[in-house]
Amino acid sequence: MSEQTLEIPCNIPADAVNPVEPFLRMDRMPHIWCPGCGIGTTVNCFTRALIDSHANLDKVAIVSGIGCTGRVAGYANLDSFHTTHGRAIPFATGLKLANPELQVVVYSGDGDLFAIGGNHFIHAARRNMDLKVICVNNLTYAMTGGQTAPTTPSKVISATNPYGVFEPAFNLVALAEAAGASYVARWTTFHVKQLSRSMEEVLRKKGFCFIEVISPCPTLYQRRNKMGDGLDTMKYYKQASKIRHGAPTAECDLTKSGEIVVGKFVDRDRPSYFEMLNSQMTETLGDRYAEPEVMCEQC
Amino acid sequence: MAKGFVAINVERCKGCGFCVEFCPTRVLTLSSAFNTKGYHPPNVMAAEKCSGCDLCGMYCPDFAIFGARYAR
Ligand SMILES: Cc1ncc(C[n+]2csc(CCOP(=O)(O)OP(=O)(O)O)c2C)c(N)n1
Ligand code: SF4
Ligand code: SF4
Ligand code: SF4
Ligand SMILES: [Mg+2]
Repeated sequence: MSEQTLEIPCNIPADAVNPVEPFLRMDRMPHIWCPGCGIGTTVNCFTRALIDSHANLDKVAIVSGIGCTGRVAGYANLDSFHTTHGRAIPFATGLKLANPELQVVVYSGDGDLFAIGGNHFIHAARRNMDLKVICVNNLTYAMTGGQTAPTTPSKVISATNPYGVFEPAFNLVALAEAAGASYVARWTTFHVKQLSRSMEEVLRKKGFCFIEVISPCPTLYQRRNKMGDGLDTMKYYKQASKIRHGAPTAECDLTKSGEIVVGKFVDRDRPSYFEMLNSQMTETLGDRYAEPEVMCEQC
Repeated sequence: MAKGFVAINVERCKGCGFCVEFCPTRVLTLSSAFNTKGYHPPNVMAAEKCSGCDLCGMYCPDFAIFGARYAR
């Protein structure tokens, strides 16, 4: 590069560091994500949420499945585990049950959480397991080449539907609400402020919380559908998104190029898995029941 | 005097343009020069307009840029 373009005409304090860096394993940078991929943007939002919520970082664990999004666990400078495909939620459930004081965050892709792992998702939501699930929904199985996922909207061209998807897609926010999630929100990677606020909110909330983040995969989704690059997708999100807090989730289906309803749809309090366990056991066993020793103060 | 500053790690950038597009005060532009990987990183064209809001830092998928306010 020429010297001229490298010269940055601001006075940058010598001790200035990118706020995301303390949360990353810098020895693993640069990451593998493509130019214009949205996953890194969601990571920025998550780290801002960790900062703003004053979370005790020694008590935050992050669990991913397999996929481009699954790499987050490997890059996060927190206690993290990169599980097998689809099994982030069962691993996270075990972690939470064994160490209830941990704040367990599941960070994974739409394919991982809703295809191979869909069964785990609905049951963790039904039990109101105290997990914070962040799904980067790029509407495809990106890592394996852009195959149709249960989230791919109809008419979309994918590696496995070269003539267009004809099956209906899951509406993830409706699915999460119906299964029993305590908190359900959807944002896109354009909505960085709102997304990090939602992430902060779930870090403070107990029970099963779900945030869907619509995110570009320019390499395998947008390109095949002639939707341009990452920036074109971000402009589409900006133009097509409608913020409707509390909107009925059944009305929030995603389509190939239509409106994207975003916002916080569900925020309710249901007894958590631990509360239900303890109350049932106390009711039937009385004094003979002892609550597990380590208990999370918020459960 | 600018309220904040923006710092760019040119070699980490992949030229997506998110920071340029979504900077509320249009501080940045994509450079016509290449970094060693062949991407066009952003360049600061209006440093005095930078508020240090760090929106560029929140958008950047490659952790290559951030903004901050000057300590007062
Ligand atoms: C048991 C098993 N089946 C299939 C695969 C292949 N595989 C790897 S990643 C992936 C899908 C990833 O999609 P998603 O979870 O949406 O993540 P993305 O790459 O889109 O972020 C699949 C099917 C695997 N690794 N393991
Ligand atoms: S293939 Fe898609 S999801 Fe994976 S890193 Fe590239 S742009 Fe991101
Ligand atoms: S810190 Fe804010 S004002 Fe400054 S360059 Fe970044 S986005 Fe623009
Ligand atoms: S957002 Fe980051 S990767 Fe994209 S152009 Fe700006 S500095 Fe480069
Ligand atoms: Mg995916």
